[in-house]
Amino acid sequence: MSQEKTDFLERSKTFWNPGKTQDWQDMGIDLVIDHREKYYLHDMDGRRLIDVHLNGGTYNLGHRHPELVEVLKAGTSRFDMGNHHFPALARTALAEALAESAPGPELRYTAYGSGGGEAIDIALKTARHATQRRKIVSIIKAYHGHTGLAVKTGDDRFSKLFLSEDTVGEFVQVPFNDLNTMEDALKRRDVAAVIMETIPATYGFPMPEEGYLPSVKQLCERYDTLYIADEVQTGLMRTGELWGCTKYKVQPDIMVTGKGISGGMYPIACVLISEKCGGWLKEDGFAHMSTMGGAELGCVVAMKTLEIVQRPEVRSVVHFISDYIRSGLDGIMEEYSDFFIGIRQHGLIMGLEFSHEEGAKPVMKYLYENGVWAIFSALDPSVLQFKPGLLMTQSECEELLRRVQIGIEQAREEVLGVRNRRSIH
Amino acid sequence: MEPQIRTLVDISESQASLSGRADIVLERARWASYIFQRFDKKRTMKIVDAVANVAHSHAGEWAEQVVVETGFGVVSHKKLKNEFTAKPLVDYYREQDLVSMRVKEEKKIVEIPRPAGVIFALIPSTNPISTLNFKIILALITRNSIVISPHPAAKKSCIDAVRILTEAAISSGAPEGAIQVLETPSIPLIEEFMSSPKTNVILATGGTAMVRAAYSSSNPAIGVGPGNAPVFVDSSADIALAANQIVTSKSFDNSVLCTSESNLITLTDVDKPLRKSLKNEGAYICNNNEVVQIRNYLFHPNGFNVEALGRDAVWIARECGIRVPKKTRILVTPINSIGIEEPLAREKLCPVLSFYVANSPKQAIAQSRATLRATGAGHSAVIHSQNERMILDFASRVECYRVVVNASCSLGASGFNTNLAPSFTIGTGFYGRSSLGENLGPQHLIHWTQIAYNSDPSVAFGKFNELSLSLDGPLPRSPSDGVPGSPKSRRVDTTSTSTSFSIDNVNREELRKLIAEELKNVLKK
Ligand SMILES: Cc1ncc(COP(=O)(O)O)c(C=O)c1O
Repeated sequence: MSQEKTDFLERSKTFWNPGKTQDWQDMGIDLVIDHREKYYLHDMDGRRLIDVHLNGGTYNLGHRHPELVEVLKAGTSRFDMGNHHFPALARTALAEALAESAPGPELRYTAYGSGGGEAIDIALKTARHATQRRKIVSIIKAYHGHTGLAVKTGDDRFSKLFLSEDTVGEFVQVPFNDLNTMEDALKRRDVAAVIMETIPATYGFPMPEEGYLPSVKQLCERYDTLYIADEVQTGLMRTGELWGCTKYKVQPDIMVTGKGISGGMYPIACVLISEKCGGWLKEDGFAHMSTMGGAELGCVVAMKTLEIVQRPEVRSVVHFISDYIRSGLDGIMEEYSDFFIGIRQHGLIMGLEFSHEEGAKPVMKYLYENGVWAIFSALDPSVLQFKPGLLMTQSECEELLRRVQIGIEQAREEVLGVRNRRSIH
Repeated sequence: MEPQIRTLVDISESQASLSGRADIVLERARWASYIFQRFDKKRTMKIVDAVANVAHSHAGEWAEQVVVETGFGVVSHKKLKNEFTAKPLVDYYREQDLVSMRVKEEKKIVEIPRPAGVIFALIPSTNPISTLNFKIILALITRNSIVISPHPAAKKSCIDAVRILTEAAISSGAPEGAIQVLETPSIPLIEEFMSSPKTNVILATGGTAMVRAAYSSSNPAIGVGPGNAPVFVDSSADIALAANQIVTSKSFDNSVLCTSESNLITLTDVDKPLRKSLKNEGAYICNNNEVVQIRNYLFHPNGFNVEALGRDAVWIARECGIRVPKKTRILVTPINSIGIEEPLAREKLCPVLSFYVANSPKQAIAQSRATLRATGAGHSAVIHSQNERMILDFASRVECYRVVVNASCSLGASGFNTNLAPSFTIGTGFYGRSSLGENLGPQHLIHWTQIAYNSDPSVAFGKFNELSLSLDGPLPRSPSDGVPGSPKSRRVDTTSTSTSFSIDNVNREELRKLIAEELKNVLKK
């Protein structure tokens, strides 16, 4: 490590976040991301990493996508964040474009947050207003962000520390893929909304069983509960469709998108709200306020992102990448089948399963050493989140697989204490 | 509804936008070509035949469409060209295997075909459907992806045709993106495609400016120059036959083929009978005043009058104020010189043929050379003669790469009615500033990896004859877990895997502890 980096890490501990800074060092990841482009991160000491973490899809289109950079630059010659009290050109234009590409025709309005968490809070508040109920049902180990309401839907690891966990029983959590428990939770007809990541990311992408999501939606309808789709990670073409829920034939009442919607160039998150749920927007349009929510520059970038991801070419490239990476990973899995035991996949959303309950951590470390950045699932560290970008080239994918094969081989050797037969002979 | 933001912040003319648009199309093509290269001959030919059949059955319809859209050409002739570049083209190459490896036992060499990858193909307005048929089929035969860039004047017809051909290709197994068409071709966008590192080769057929731009793009390019074919009728020729061939060829599709005769050169003793025969075939021989009118009409100070492009002889005569019989097929303009001072000696993509009488075969050849010096270097020439010595002398002196004998040049040089390779891209070679001297064929769109053994006779050559390339076909579709009907994700059954160590032999709990311990150490490092 360079002296410069050592010094920097010290300053990071002093002024920013000592715990987080140190934890990464302990895990063997001494990454300090300096410049970045396409699907590459460059460490301040010069190492290049292929990014298959992409901050949960924020960098779906790659880092600093040239068209997004261009539109942001051009946008600044006319717009800034805007005045959130007034009708605004860019905010309305984006809302229109979102309505047009929404997973269902009823999703009409868009409310804005400055980040995913805030947008989730807006979604939950909207559901509570619409149903005049307080209870929110979410999935055990779900992750919807760390703002006031969102944090309560998730693992209490993140709320208890701040004495911010739910103490009055308004936030109920049920296991994923378990319809009976879901129904039990909804039966009393006191639940405002079920909030559902279409594929729970931070939990390592356990995949919904066939029929699970549509059945949850049906249960919601039966008990007059709203269905909120958190498409922050599954949206924007990662599944080969613009919105993941469309693939599962679910039309949510409220939908949240964030992260990738502005390609990591300008913060913005959006809540799509059906006419039926949007009562507060008429009753008291000032009821949710956010100076930076729906910043017009963010809208300008988001519009471009929406346009790019909907190009027909992108759709077929996503299919190519999904098939190609999958067949490569299948080959690697065959080779190290005592360690690398499964792949969860929907398009470019992949979770690699390892035979040890924390197996994804050493894999992350060895991938890192081999020039690949992928992160383990915080809430199930046996699974590595593996999220290739939407626009990866064939040679980038081949390069990725080459490195992943070596990284997994090394992680396996280290964890199982065995050398692959191939390397012994 | 068009999203409104584009009018709020419009970046469509920016460099970023242009290269972004080119990039995604080319990237899709690259992926398609990667998959395509896994196809064997059978799978490949299934696609080729499907596309050729569809092209063939639409030949007439597309011919009409093009004539309506561009306003020129002859429907029945275009139909012929469209057909020619469909099934017969495929049949011509059917036995030439450009997919499998070939073993050259005596040379101790094995050759493996490696497709170019992504072809960017420019389509001219003169022969739009036949050229795109041609280029698409060549690309498919060689398992290349192709992006078609239509000429703006024939854009709609091209886009429609490519869509239909693409559907045929995909439904017979071609990878998505193997054929694409640029729906909004503009010069800056085309330049972006041409200079992109994701383009492997450019096939440039069209105006000189475009061809030069292709060669300047920094990418490999096969561009061909314009034609301006001299046709020499010598004293030994069968004059009636020559006249028939010339008039038919010159009037074919109103002379938009770059292979069509442009300057007729003959000898004093042939002059009169040839004029007579030409007249019999429906040629109108202009008088001096009429020649002036035609010259002024066809050639403006800045070049050929595109209004006249592909129009018929009667139409052009009318525009020039010349009264000609209704059945006139071509206009013949006698000229007294060939060279810079005579525009009529240049390429004329309309049924106007200049006519020059030379004093000797030597002069005729010199004038033919002069013709090609003006334009058309490296392209085509014709000779009508029974004298092999004359044919040889003519062919070895004119600076072009195909000399058609006693036949129509339009159809002969492009391989319709000669045994030249059927082609809508006629290589103009080094004379014509091109990298290609012959008629473009599929073999130009691949290179070969050569496996070479030591030539010393004592070293044995490998046994390759029993082998074939591992061509696995398309990739299996990846799963969309949880979506009904999607392919299923595989999981390794941990109990059945037997590797160098066996989980069964160790107490599971112990093993878990062991691993946890080790993992801790790993993570501490
Ligand atoms: C599914 C999901 N929802 C919501 C959020 C919260 O978004 P933000 O971090 O922008 O507040 C995240 C962030 O990781 C997420 O993954």
